[in-house]
Amino acid sequence: MSIRRSLRYSGWRLLREAFGGQQGWTPAWEDRDPEAAYDIVVIGGGGHGLATAYYLARTHGITRVAVLEKGWIGGGNTGRNTTIIRSNYFHPQSAALYDLSVSLYETLSRELNYNIMFSQRGMMEIAHDQPELETMARAANAMRISGVDIEVIDRAETLRREPLLDPSPRARWPVCGALLQRRAGTARHDAVAWGYARAAAALGVHIIQNCEVRGFIQERGRAVAVQTSRGVIRAERFGVAVAGNSSVLARLAGFELPLQSYTLQAMVSEPVKPCLNMVTLSTSTGAYISQSDKGELVMGGNLDRSPSYAQRGGFRVTRSVVAPLLEMYPWLSTLKLMRQWGGTVDTSPDNSPIIGPAPVEGIYLNCGWGTGGFKAIPAGGTLTAHLLATGRHHPLSEPFDLRRFARGELVDEGHAGVAH
Amino acid sequence: MQVFSCPYCGPRPDAEFHYIGDADKPRPERSCSDEEWAHYLFMRANTRGAARELWVHRAGCGRWLVVARDTETHEVAAVTPMNAERAGT
Repeated sequence: MSIRRSLRYSGWRLLREAFGGQQGWTPAWEDRDPEAAYDIVVIGGGGHGLATAYYLARTHGITRVAVLEKGWIGGGNTGRNTTIIRSNYFHPQSAALYDLSVSLYETLSRELNYNIMFSQRGMMEIAHDQPELETMARAANAMRISGVDIEVIDRAETLRREPLLDPSPRARWPVCGALLQRRAGTARHDAVAWGYARAAAALGVHIIQNCEVRGFIQERGRAVAVQTSRGVIRAERFGVAVAGNSSVLARLAGFELPLQSYTLQAMVSEPVKPCLNMVTLSTSTGAYISQSDKGELVMGGNLDRSPSYAQRGGFRVTRSVVAPLLEMYPWLSTLKLMRQWGGTVDTSPDNSPIIGPAPVEGIYLNCGWGTGGFKAIPAGGTLTAHLLATGRHHPLSEPFDLRRFARGELVDEGHAGVAH
Repeated sequence: MQVFSCPYCGPRPDAEFHYIGDADKPRPERSCSDEEWAHYLFMRANTRGAARELWVHRAGCGRWLVVARDTETHEVAAVTPMNAERAGT
């Protein structure tokens, strides 16, 4: 199987294939067998791993790169999240990081020549009472100082933007106002993984599936190779972007991380015609909802609060997501809940990611994204690629180094610890 | 839902309990370095598989418990009072 690198997707190409019996299409990317050695091995074929490989090749010109994925690409949290993209974070370090990500998402379809269906429909964080709105206004002021496009809107404006919200002042979760981020939205999660995979493979990156890392081989305190289910693979540097399994990989290399893995659930209703305009989040309950392009109402909320690698959540949390949404959108009760699933997310003590060198030389970390990794994929990939290529931090990733915990320099995004 | 058998209250739903952290984590001496203290404070075993965890029966008797639990299957092997464990070591 070989891939013609020049195959670009376009309207013209669609038309040509329509008249040519659809015989000219080639696979989007090639499923490779591992070679004995690479310059850089990226462990984890989710969004962050694939984006890292892509930016290594495109930005830094390093193409002897392999992405090792134990299952299939995009099959972990990249394929399990609720696809929300936003940058309304409190601290300037976080705002810079997530705003870079939103900016990269804005041009990603064009850059990758792959439609990731980024729809900037906007997001409203709904306040249910006046004190809550005032607390949120303080956060909004902090975000505006950091340059994030955030606005405080009143009750009338909130209801105008999402007319199917229950307007009754006697509702259990009444609408008092909201924080609005216009540039926020949703994207097609599988397309993000496949878009990066296709673009990386076209630049020479090897994407290797069904290849589980089972150990690190170290020489004089430096990681020089990984033992995998498909043999030993040597490399100069290793990137680790495995989300919920970061602690498992760390243990293989002989160190610990300040992470705890929990299940984060998501669920969808049956598909219906377009009815929701935006992403809406209930700040008090953590429950949020948006409508996919397929028509399903996509919902999520808080973590299942027992450490878990099960990739499935319990009914109690499912109910805690659906119940407040039913109060806010009473007509939801007429819809069936079609599917519910879970992903294993790696939460950090300050609800901020960890990007930087690991305690073992040659290993670089991209983890701790917790409940919000999807929105950060382009930024996470950019910054991890910079680390792997240069061995040094990009200024934007410096605050997220693992050593911040010993230094007491936490980036506490506790207030943003809402799951999405 | 997981059911934890509290040694004081009997079988109860997991919602009554609150997870604290790793069960086997010795507190360092006061004279320890910043790195040692940060390790104690922040690092987690985060075990995949058979784990020993510290929980508190917050909505029940309020006692601290050591829960032997599998984090992949959610199977609970044993729940023992923390004090009994500590006394035995």
